[in-house]
Amino acid sequence: MEKIEDILKKRILVLDGAMGTMLQRYKFKEADFRGERFKDWPTDLQGNNDLLSLTQPQAIADVHRAYLEAGADILETNTFSGTTIAMADYGMEELVYELNYESARIAKQVAEEFTKKDPSKPRFVAGSIGPTNKTASMSPDVNDPGFRAVSFDELRKAYKQQVEALLDGGADILLVETIFDTLNAKAALFAIEEVKDERNIEVPVMVSGTITDASGRTLSGQTAEAFLISISHIPILSVGFNCALGAKQLVPHLEVISAKSGFATSAHPNAGLPNAFGEYDETPEQMAAQIKEYVEKGLVNIVGGCCGTTPEHIRAIADLVKEYTPRKLETTYEKTI
Amino acid sequence: MADTRALKLSGLEPLVITPESNFINVGERTNVAGSKRFLRLIKEEKFDEALDVARDQVEGGAQIIDVNMDDGLIDGKEAMVRFLNLIVSEPDIARVPIMIDSSKWEIIEAGLQVVQGKCVVNSISLKEGKEEFVHHAKLIKRYGAAVIVMAFDEVGQADTLERRKEIAKRSYDILVNEVKFAPEDIIFDLNIFPVATGMEEHRRNALDFIEATRWVKKNLPHCSVSGGVSNVSFSFRGNDPVREAINSAFLYHAIKAGMNMGIVNPTMLEVYDDIPKDLLEHVEDVLLDRRDDATERLLEFAETVVGTAKESKVDLSWRQEPLQDRITRALVKGIDQYIVEDVEEARQQATKPLEVIEGNLMTGMNVVGDLFGSGKMFLPQVVKSARVMKKAVAYLTPFIEASKDENAKPAGKILMATVKGDVHDIGKNIVSVVLACNNYKIVDLGVMVPPEKIINKAKEEQVDIIGLSGLITPSLDEMVFLAKEMERQNFNVPLLIGGATTSKAHTAVKIDPMYSHSVVHVNDASRAVTVVGDLLQDSTSDGYKKAIKLDYESFRDKFLSRSRQKEYLTLEEARQNKLRIEWNPPDIKVPEQLGIQIMEDVDLKLLVDFIDWTPFFRSWDLHGKYPAILKDEVVGNQATELFKDAQELLQKVLDEKLLKAKAIFGLFPANQIDDDDIEVTDGAKRYIFRTLRQQLKKRDGVPNIALADFIAPKETGIQDHIGCFCVSAGFGTQELATAFEKKHDDYNSIMIKALADRFAEALAEYLHKEVRTKFWGYASAETLDNNALIDEKYQGIRPAPGYPACPDHLEKLTIWEVLGVEEKIGVKLTDSLAMWPAASVSGYYFAHPQAKYFGLGKIEQDQVKDFAERKNIKLEEAQKWLAPNIVD
Repeated sequence: MEKIEDILKKRILVLDGAMGTMLQRYKFKEADFRGERFKDWPTDLQGNNDLLSLTQPQAIADVHRAYLEAGADILETNTFSGTTIAMADYGMEELVYELNYESARIAKQVAEEFTKKDPSKPRFVAGSIGPTNKTASMSPDVNDPGFRAVSFDELRKAYKQQVEALLDGGADILLVETIFDTLNAKAALFAIEEVKDERNIEVPVMVSGTITDASGRTLSGQTAEAFLISISHIPILSVGFNCALGAKQLVPHLEVISAKSGFATSAHPNAGLPNAFGEYDETPEQMAAQIKEYVEKGLVNIVGGCCGTTPEHIRAIADLVKEYTPRKLETTYEKTI
Repeated sequence: MADTRALKLSGLEPLVITPESNFINVGERTNVAGSKRFLRLIKEEKFDEALDVARDQVEGGAQIIDVNMDDGLIDGKEAMVRFLNLIVSEPDIARVPIMIDSSKWEIIEAGLQVVQGKCVVNSISLKEGKEEFVHHAKLIKRYGAAVIVMAFDEVGQADTLERRKEIAKRSYDILVNEVKFAPEDIIFDLNIFPVATGMEEHRRNALDFIEATRWVKKNLPHCSVSGGVSNVSFSFRGNDPVREAINSAFLYHAIKAGMNMGIVNPTMLEVYDDIPKDLLEHVEDVLLDRRDDATERLLEFAETVVGTAKESKVDLSWRQEPLQDRITRALVKGIDQYIVEDVEEARQQATKPLEVIEGNLMTGMNVVGDLFGSGKMFLPQVVKSARVMKKAVAYLTPFIEASKDENAKPAGKILMATVKGDVHDIGKNIVSVVLACNNYKIVDLGVMVPPEKIINKAKEEQVDIIGLSGLITPSLDEMVFLAKEMERQNFNVPLLIGGATTSKAHTAVKIDPMYSHSVVHVNDASRAVTVVGDLLQDSTSDGYKKAIKLDYESFRDKFLSRSRQKEYLTLEEARQNKLRIEWNPPDIKVPEQLGIQIMEDVDLKLLVDFIDWTPFFRSWDLHGKYPAILKDEVVGNQATELFKDAQELLQKVLDEKLLKAKAIFGLFPANQIDDDDIEVTDGAKRYIFRTLRQQLKKRDGVPNIALADFIAPKETGIQDHIGCFCVSAGFGTQELATAFEKKHDDYNSIMIKALADRFAEALAEYLHKEVRTKFWGYASAETLDNNALIDEKYQGIRPAPGYPACPDHLEKLTIWEVLGVEEKIGVKLTDSLAMWPAASVSGYYFAHPQAKYFGLGKIEQDQVKDFAERKNIKLEEAQKWLAPNIVD
């Protein structure tokens, strides 16, 4: 299979769209989330989408398939909350390895099915590594700003377990995404480096931050450029942004990243901003029209969708980017040493 | 593309150091080894003041701050972590990168684990050998920091030009080639040693540093050179003018040689050009080792130098500004240093200490809220503002307690919860703190709180307000559900809605209608206090609640009506999604008395019990529900007065039979035809009512209704029925009003009209009841009191043309034709289809149990066209009459 680093120089790659939005269409109830295996689990499980990889694997595979049919090059595994830290809400810390392993395996199987059909368009699996639900550099207790609900080491260990399981399950890429606190991401990157070292392997890593509001900063207060600087210390495949904003609102931040980074750049925005009812209603055509600005300005190498996006959105994006050349890549070391 | 070989650091903001950058000034006062004051603050655990030291440095221009906790008497690791965690919570400090300074690796590593930005480690060296050097460098790289490398090796500290070059070269090669450390992330500290010590071997100390710097910058690409500047002038401590001159002159030459950053106390610098020429000459002789007797000459000269050391001070000019400006600034900037004295000043000016919170402090917090809302402040800064607020309130609390015996009552108890399925609580916690600061008791249920727990706790704790928070979209539905539950369980406490996905629109459209009491969307913490205060303070509560309910109602209407085009269905689609009632024979009642009935002269006394007084007060701009309005704190007296006058006039009307009430109604066989029309037959005569269908796109399972849906379609074969009516109590009103006006009694002129309106509505209510229980008879067993009638608890509806379900006034013409209204009871229609006398009501009767009141909302042009065709009128005419309901 051709290496993703090489493909990136030739064309714009398409990442898949939202898993959660697609799963909502199944209208799974508590019992569906539980399946037979967890029918007596002591906590509510509805909403634990990662668990569906075990209890509704067919649905997960079908969503993956729909995205590949739409033209996505890269699938994200259904593992956004697959750490002991995030799974603690459901008391499912013990299941973390299995959840990540199975999710990666399902995605890999579907990806291979498509690669076999058309080897000229190889499909990749990116192990999705979410931010967890705790912040390492902000206090959840306003009365005690020095307090931290989670430490770097706790995050590092949790991420390490997730990374190992994702790689064991067949992930080709690791995607550290929806970063609202850069310190969490740094713990994930630290864990990834450890695993790479221990296994003596190279794994492409994608890093994707989240600008949360009009201030143009991450939740932990960093500007786009400060964020970029803070995660540029290891060789990554790409850096970019996802979630929180629609394609349009991301433009200024992508411009910063694109201008300041030697890595490939990525964007997987939401389908617009949520309307008053929390629904994302940007149509595939509207979203593709916004993404057109990215590709015309040469801002991205990888583009896909986050909340509210569907295979129709990804199809519209895939059809669009075919016509454009990717952002030019210059890597640091090639340039000077 | 940007210069990728620049030294790039970050705090909350980037610091990119390129060859063109000016000298980077590293703040050095947060260093226990260098500052006695800072050491004392850390030892005494006065972290607030220690933070002020850091803040002063940043405000004073430090672009990086060096933090060092190496002291035998403190736990350096713990102090480092604690101080850095606190710094990270101070956005105006944390905006700059941090230099983690320690000779102990475990302290450095602990520091690296708590800072999100790209730091500088100060420092590592080959002192303990290559292995440890490599090990530490690898970890630093993995943590994502730049590093200062001391010119130090296994042999010792480099003190000559050659040793500096040798160690720098060896360190650089190991880092770049073996560790693969980015060369731009390497900063050399080439050891700045004192000059003019009197020792021969120290003569070249400054010069060697400068030359080594030049060599490193030339031979070791991309790296930086740093150093502790004031060390160079150590021999002249006690003589600040000379020290400042030495420091400045040294820096001048070192920077020219390529030194691009350093630890400098800005108060210990003279501007190079301002150094007196003679002093400069003596200083440079020493620094550049230009004469054998340079040191002696400078020592002699130094005796004569009596300068005025200049002080660089933090800009405190804002302290001169007016009180409110100072308080606002303290809140916006998160400066808590002066807040107590400012609040004390405000307290002395205020009549009650609480006023300081509600006035001065809230004014400031509103500015914070506005800045946050417009993206000019971000969350960590707002949290800081909240803390200043807390400090201010903590100071005021004893005063508030002391003055409590007067008017002050307990501020109230507020339940806060993040709803089921949602784990986000940052915003909720901020609101809780801000409210707690304002003397409210907070019952915080945490995150993922199931609705039953919220309900039970609210009852158990007897809270005054419930606040819900949520960040993710499914939380919105949870909030709606909770509002419904509160309604079902007869709650009356206000409900506050907040969190990132919530909006005024969602609150107004989805939540507010579910709950008959107050629902308020509070989009930021700083507004929460004002809102809660308005809701709970006796003086404002009722008025505010009413105002907010009305505000949300009108916002809702506006929101729904300005909804975008794509949210509308075509008429065809809307018809597909019509309400499909299951037509069961028991639901269809043949009227006891078909045909038209007339009531010539209804006894007004019969109607008094049917009067809904609430709209009467509204017509006088007094808002509130009758009878509670009579006891309303604000408008109660006025309402009582008005009501008394109304009763007097009412009695007079009854006694003297001043008004005459008439009614006409008819009940007819009818069927729905062509989806939207109702065919009515009266013997051989056939009429058609045209109804309009909702076109706003609905959620799954919610139909697009037209009134016709409430009548059985012809194709079902079921014979259904409809009624229509017109009542008036306005006969005589105009004459009476004119008579009052002649007596310049405008008050009673308005009063009689208002009363006539009430009688007309009461007659409509009375007649509807008669129809339900007798003439049609589908609800013969009904026993509803007037309140239940006002609340529309009866079966069936009586929508009126011109009102939400059928905004089309044209259909009045059909009613007039069907009933012969004008001929039989004398109520006319004006050109604009208003009824005359004005105190009249007309409408339809629908009897089916599923018939309900609804609003048509906006319709599309396709329906307007279809409607015009069905009614056989010109499109322009249809457009004119339906204009307010047509999508823009």
